[in-house]
Amino acid sequence: LLATLACGACTRRVEPSVVPGGDVERGAVALSAYSCGACHQISGITGAVGRVGPPLNGIAERTIIAGELPNTPGNMERWIIDPQSVEPGTAMPNLHVSPAMARDMAAYLYTLRD
Amino acid sequence: MNALNADSEPARRIALLGWFMIVLAAIVFLGVALVLSWAVARNRYAADRTPDLTPRGRGWIIFGGALMPALVLATIFVVATSTLGMFPVHGAPSVLVVHVTGRQWWWQIDYLGPNMQPRLTTANELHIPVGKPVRVLLTSADVIHSFWVPKLQGKLDLIPGDTNDLRLRAERVGAYRGQCAEYCGLQHAHMAFTVVADDSATYDRWWTAQLAPGAAPSDSETALGREMFLRGPCASCHTVRGTSARGTLAPDLTHFGSRGALAAGALPNSLGALEGWIGNAPAIKPGTQMPKITDYDGRELRALAAYVYSLK
Repeated sequence: LLATLACGACTRRVEPSVVPGGDVERGAVALSAYSCGACHQISGITGAVGRVGPPLNGIAERTIIAGELPNTPGNMERWIIDPQSVEPGTAMPNLHVSPAMARDMAAYLYTLRD
Repeated sequence: MNALNADSEPARRIALLGWFMIVLAAIVFLGVALVLSWAVARNRYAADRTPDLTPRGRGWIIFGGALMPALVLATIFVVATSTLGMFPVHGAPSVLVVHVTGRQWWWQIDYLGPNMQPRLTTANELHIPVGKPVRVLLTSADVIHSFWVPKLQGKLDLIPGDTNDLRLRAERVGAYRGQCAEYCGLQHAHMAFTVVADDSATYDRWWTAQLAPGAAPSDSETALGREMFLRGPCASCHTVRGTSARGTLAPDLTHFGSRGALAAGALPNSLGALEGWIGNAPAIKPGTQMPKITDYDGRELRALAAYVYSLK
């Protein structure tokens, strides 16, 4: 058990986040807490097996999000915080995610390469 | 979920029985290991020894192979049956009778009135007054399930065509997780429930609130959601009291928003999780009776989730 715990610590991602001010680990916790995985498949998030919206695996490689926005950290955060302001008819709900938390979520999502 | 950290008398007895058996097994194990080490160390080939066939030699086999195990098993039998005998059974007083029906894969909960007719139907979250004995009648609508709240009581099966009778009494206010403890199909692991032990004032408030019909829509989004709910397939299986939705195949949603989890513990109850569940339940819980529904556009799906979530 101790060996497993010790190894969990040493395999942790160490690369700096591509999102300024975003924290990858906190982002993973937030994605889990908001049950993003009920609609999206997200690698590394337990139970993220939903098939309502698109899978987010490889999202770091894509150029457009929400079908219309350039895939930049700023746009990703805007989309997470208030999806209807981008696309009024979207199924993605406004979950009242704070800007700081959206930044952390984006930081995690940008670790998802193909 | 920790059965060794009990919050009721029966669960404490079971924990004690568990410890007794663990210690006894440890003693037996050590004894066998010691005798085995001694036998290896003697190395009878080196000393050119032949098997000891004298009565003294046979004594080891009779004592260690027959008498000792019989004594240990008999002791466990007596202690275990006397533990079983300490449980409150039929006829013991109770302040409340609840009928729990196991279904693949969720728990229907009916609070029974004085005439044993259902007075209130809910699902997956059993509220009880703390410190009071509650009688729980267990039946199954399909296969064998088992009702297990480790911190409160031993497990008892829910058997099709039979009624089992369990007593629950929580000594402390709190939420106790329960789990189906008899393999019942694909989503057996996603068949959890919560027993919430409330102080009497909180319990009375909960009871009064639950008797009320489902909340009316408070804005245009929840109004659209209710329209979708009543017009679409939802109402064929689910009930929301106070509306035309009277389905009985699936959990009663009259006060869904007041519960802590959804889909029998498969997800925490939040607006996002709920929309994912409504949008594609089989992706989250493969095998569930709740179908994948493609009748709604994005706005309608959001409204539907907002409405069901607003049923506090």
